[in-house]
Amino acid sequence: MKDDRYEIRFGGSGGQGIILAAVILAEAAGVYEGYYACQTQSYGPEARGGRSKAEVVISRNEIDYPKVIQMDLFLAMNQAALDAYFFDFKPNGLLVVDSTFVKQLPSSRAISIPFTRIARDDIGKELVANIVALGAVGLLSRKFSSDNLEKAVIARVPQQFRDINVQALHAGMKAASEVDLAYLPRSVTTDEEKEV
Amino acid sequence: MTEQATRQVLQGNEAIVEGALAAGCRFFAGYPITPASEIAELMSLRLPAAGGTFIQMEDEIASMGAVIGASLAGVKSLTATSGPGFSLMQENLGYACVAEVPCVVVNVMRAGPSTGLPTSPAQGDVMQARWGTHGDHPIIVLSVSTVSDCFDITVHAFNLSEKYRVPVIILSDEVVSHTREAVFLPAPEKIEVVERIRPSVPPEWYIPYEDNSRGVPAMAVLGDGYRHHVTGLIHDNKGFPTDRPEEVNAFQRRQFRKITNGFYEIQMTKSFMMEDAEVAVIAYGSVSRSALHAIKAAREKGVKAGLLQLITLFPFPKRNVDPVLRQCRAVLVPEMNMGQISREVKRVNLSSKVVTINRVDGQFITPTEIYNKLLSM
Repeated sequence: MKDDRYEIRFGGSGGQGIILAAVILAEAAGVYEGYYACQTQSYGPEARGGRSKAEVVISRNEIDYPKVIQMDLFLAMNQAALDAYFFDFKPNGLLVVDSTFVKQLPSSRAISIPFTRIARDDIGKELVANIVALGAVGLLSRKFSSDNLEKAVIARVPQQFRDINVQALHAGMKAASEVDLAYLPRSVTTDEEKEV
Repeated sequence: MTEQATRQVLQGNEAIVEGALAAGCRFFAGYPITPASEIAELMSLRLPAAGGTFIQMEDEIASMGAVIGASLAGVKSLTATSGPGFSLMQENLGYACVAEVPCVVVNVMRAGPSTGLPTSPAQGDVMQARWGTHGDHPIIVLSVSTVSDCFDITVHAFNLSEKYRVPVIILSDEVVSHTREAVFLPAPEKIEVVERIRPSVPPEWYIPYEDNSRGVPAMAVLGDGYRHHVTGLIHDNKGFPTDRPEEVNAFQRRQFRKITNGFYEIQMTKSFMMEDAEVAVIAYGSVSRSALHAIKAAREKGVKAGLLQLITLFPFPKRNVDPVLRQCRAVLVPEMNMGQISREVKRVNLSSKVVTINRVDGQFITPTEIYNKLLSM
């Protein structure tokens, strides 16, 4: 279908903050950028561990189906989530992986950034790896201004963790800004063959 | 207020809370359960601030009891649960039907039976919502499909419940309740809120279950001087138990008549691209969103497809479904169950072709599934 849906999936394991990152991105899109935005999630009954998936669909038009049909951007925070959720990848989509944990790439259109290592070594708190990744995703999608991403992060995180999260967001954006998308290989399939 | 200030990203469950508060709900009793817990969680924050009361009860049986008690005391009341809890509420739900106590029950459907798949969507409780409590009883069942629906239809559920003195069930599902979406909520003063009719006669003249043309008796608040008796037994118009056939018959008939009288406003549906449709999808809840995407895709392929979204599931909106069955050469009913609403659709017009998609693996029905089926119809 020819509409302007932009579909982002976040995959990881329970406790990595995957859903929170998606919620912040949806708020940046819906509240600050003025898009229509839908955020959905899927997780198992476990509180920690297990696979976890969150999705954000943004559009200038009203959104009917709220989940991802074909991903424009897929962020995989570990190998298990990448293997499980890669299936609906769109030709010429962007695969972004946390290279701290992901070793095997199913597509050459992949951008590897060590989100967890950046969070641990540069920020000093592994817990904010999701926000580092959020910064990179926000920038690579080209749908968000860094100001609006920052506003959305500040609105969501507790006051006492505000600075560290903003720092994490900027670290992610900086890492992503060093990637030159023009050098990524192109898919040979055309848009005409897209599924609905 | 600026546009920025009123635009928010809300979860379906949060919108249900906002809708309930806008409708004047000031009491919630419940027991947390995935995927409905956010309703209780947010109510526990919002109700005390709004001058209302939140109680976490020991279980869902007690929750339903507390909701009935609060409503009899004159406060609009809500509870929210999922399959296993909804099963426990059935006994007291029947009490609310017989005593004609307005209340709203949200059931966020997850895959069952029993503990089932706690975090997966399903639509398996459709018939339970209609017939879960025993005995012949009228009840209203509404379904929600988007976050803004969650707000609007919750307001409407309270309005219908107050107007007809009947419990109203809102069926949501895991997808609807956990989807966060950018929405504009209307300002409270822009929303129509309906209140139950209270007795206007002097207390000594009050006949608690006296019939009138609407079939809905005026309802006194417990403790305001209008003495009345409330029971789960079939009662006469004074509220006391009776087994006299003519009184029992009058009571039962009135229960149904009051709902039948309101069919025109109770039976709600939405139509999408139905004007020239040759095939149609009849869907409800989250699945209607997949269907909407699918009919747009089918139209791009030259198939004249339309969608009838059911908002009211019971009383089943026959008068809205019948024209669709007559207009289209075939109708598709996709559901996350083995065919609970498709059977109701077939019953409307037995000569029509009704095709189904039934998904019971804990996964959401995709637009592609519906699209492929539409193209083969």
